[in-house]
Amino acid sequence: MTIFIPTPLRAFAAGKGAVDVNAATIRGALDELTVAYPDLRKHLFTSEGKVRAFVNIYLNDEDVRYLPAKEATEVSPSDTLSIIPSIAGGCQPR
Amino acid sequence: MSELRLSRVVYDAMREHGEETYPHECCGAFLGRSTPDGWWIEASIRADNTRTDSAHNRYEISSGELVKIERESRRQGLSIAGFYHSHPDHPAQWSQTDLAEAHWLGCSYVITAVANGKAAATNSFRLAGETEENKRFEAEPIRVNDSA
Repeated sequence: MTIFIPTPLRAFAAGKGAVDVNAATIRGALDELTVAYPDLRKHLFTSEGKVRAFVNIYLNDEDVRYLPAKEATEVSPSDTLSIIPSIAGGCQPR
Repeated sequence: MSELRLSRVVYDAMREHGEETYPHECCGAFLGRSTPDGWWIEASIRADNTRTDSAHNRYEISSGELVKIERESRRQGLSIAGFYHSHPDHPAQWSQTDLAEAHWLGCSYVITAVANGKAAATNSFRLAGETEENKRFEAEPIRVNDSA
């Protein structure tokens, strides 16, 4: 399957916008990605190994958070994973 | 220092978007190419502000829409280069909210002040740093190309 790397993380993936991996599940794909590019790990995962709150992972058009099996969802070679950091803000002080 | 380069058409469309959504914040994405001097913007895509609960002072682009924008950037052979939003009746300066919720390191965040419905100052800030812990906004000049 192909994992699409967002602009801000390409510097930690040898400049690549897409990386092909061979994995059985979403978590397996993310693990393979971060084994190949260890510098990505701190940007994607908390110190407890969970996907950071502001990082969205999409399997094709589906938000992985809302899939029944979440990161344990099985994937096929034709699937794509998109990593999308969130976008928000505004003039109101937090 | 980096600079943000974009055409008059893209620049004006962004500012008009802020006037159209006033008194609410508008938002959108820039598609472009990275150069040693900064981003060269080739297109913009309007997005919906999903913060309907507080649209006058907050904005958010849904992750589903971001996935579609990212797909469109690939189709055009471009990258997501940054994002824009408006500050209705508020200066074109980043807020603590903008910084806390900015996660696209190396990308440009453009803010247009809209005063009484008219676009006023527009400023660009590049999200510098290498991690969430040391990220910061750095002001960058905007160069508008009138011939493009």
